[in-house]
Amino acid sequence: MATIPITVEFSGGLELLFSNQRTHKLQIPAQDPSGNPANIGFLVSYLCDNLVEAKRKDLFVMDGTVRNGILVLINDSDWELEGEDRYELQGADNILFVSTLHGG
Amino acid sequence: MSAAELEGENSLLKQRIQQLETELASVQAAAVEPDGQKWALGLDEYRRYGRQMIMPEIGLEGQLRLKRARVLVVGVGGLGCPAAAYLAGAGVGTIGLVDHDVVEASNLHRQILHSTATVGTPKVESALLYLRRLNPHPTYIPHDFALSPSNAIAVFQNYDLVLDCTDHPSLRYLISDAAVLTNIPVVSASALRKDGQLIVLNSPPGHGPCYRCIWPRPPPSPTSCADGGILGPVVGVMGVLQALEAIKLLILPAPSTPAPATMTLFSAWPRLAFRHCRMRARRTGCPGCSPAVERTALADTDYVAFCGADAEGVRLAPEERVAPVEYRSVRESGAPHVLLDVRDPTQFGICHLRGSWSGFPSCVCMCVVPVLTCVDVPFEEFEGASALPALVKEGLSTAEAVYVLCRLGNDSQIVTRMLKDAGVAGGHVWDVRGGIREWARTAPEGFPEY
Repeated sequence: MATIPITVEFSGGLELLFSNQRTHKLQIPAQDPSGNPANIGFLVSYLCDNLVEAKRKDLFVMDGTVRNGILVLINDSDWELEGEDRYELQGADNILFVSTLHGG
Repeated sequence: MSAAELEGENSLLKQRIQQLETELASVQAAAVEPDGQKWALGLDEYRRYGRQMIMPEIGLEGQLRLKRARVLVVGVGGLGCPAAAYLAGAGVGTIGLVDHDVVEASNLHRQILHSTATVGTPKVESALLYLRRLNPHPTYIPHDFALSPSNAIAVFQNYDLVLDCTDHPSLRYLISDAAVLTNIPVVSASALRKDGQLIVLNSPPGHGPCYRCIWPRPPPSPTSCADGGILGPVVGVMGVLQALEAIKLLILPAPSTPAPATMTLFSAWPRLAFRHCRMRARRTGCPGCSPAVERTALADTDYVAFCGADAEGVRLAPEERVAPVEYRSVRESGAPHVLLDVRDPTQFGICHLRGSWSGFPSCVCMCVVPVLTCVDVPFEEFEGASALPALVKEGLSTAEAVYVLCRLGNDSQIVTRMLKDAGVAGGHVWDVRGGIREWARTAPEGFPEY
């Protein structure tokens, strides 16, 4: 099956849910199970199934999407500028998930 | 004279010194050339600000803009301390400080305006002592109270710019809303452990996105520096960057076409990295800044409820908990029991009760007192688990009684409930109230408190 090479990064403490590793080089299936091009929505469920520490999954997703307080940046742009979870992944994309910090 | 009278006298004298220093500065500032020409700044100020004034970006005009500017710093902690120091040093004319906390020893590794000598005094007062010594020229305005929906507008309307140096989402939403209503930009920063974030909001006022545009809904369970930890220089870097952004906003004319909002992410570990991310513009229909949305009066908004009052978690009945002093007599009585420490291995490594051994290979095994076994199984192992972790089940299979200890006495209540529900030790399970901190505070022989 065709795959797309992308880089997924976690910061702001989210890396603790992903083997305490900030950067993950991944080969994501080019299509989701229904045959549509892989988008961010699919990536999030892929991460839930394959990468996140299972019992702490709830700290990453809630009601099927990333939890409140987590920003998603597609190639250093707010995902809201790129179509949110409908953005279709391209080769060499950099997807950064950042947990909002509040300490000061 | 009593201590209180001496303190009163001392504070009056400090005020008097400040008054005289200000008078002296203004007399010096009114220096007049022989031919009667008046200088725009005091002679001392030319010397003091010369190194930044000779930069073409600043010049005399920039320095005068700084002097005319009024900046409010909300939160005089890890961010607010360095931010206020650089603003004062740069010659910002009016600096307001809001904080209602007092200085604690645990603040000093990062909150650089406070000192060992000011532990126990209000942070605002402690900061003013430092700032006045650093630069007597600015007017410093202490706001020695908690910012609230009922006082925010009255405070904000006397300033041109606000620095959000707070540590809780409820305050961040309040600051953003109040800044939109009073038409001033917000330089917002935050830090935790080894990461920092910085963003300028409502800039220029009426155009840039507000905090609610970027974060429409608060996170379910924010982590504070007290819980998650913080490296001093990390939060220091972020506070310094806030001062820098503030200075730029104060001296640069407002752009005719606002630049898109940018968030700067800083990570200190393992490699040093800055990252700049392009953020969304104002959100149509944003309840914080959209003119189309009729908003609730600030004073009627419950920010704490909006951000979810701190999670209650499990609350045990009083008889399910023992005070540290009661647990102490259990230890002294020699009654067989297991002490289960649910802090993480790092905290367990900082200090633990004698007789402990740890379930983690990274921790050093200690001697085991015959009647007592202390086990360290971090709360993480319990969190969200449907059944007891195997190590715990096995370790406690023969226990006659179990006492559960964490840092502050919250996680331990949840674990106590789980153990009781699982029928461990025939239900002889108790939570040690107030955690290892309370143990430390009540230990006659002394015990590390962190």
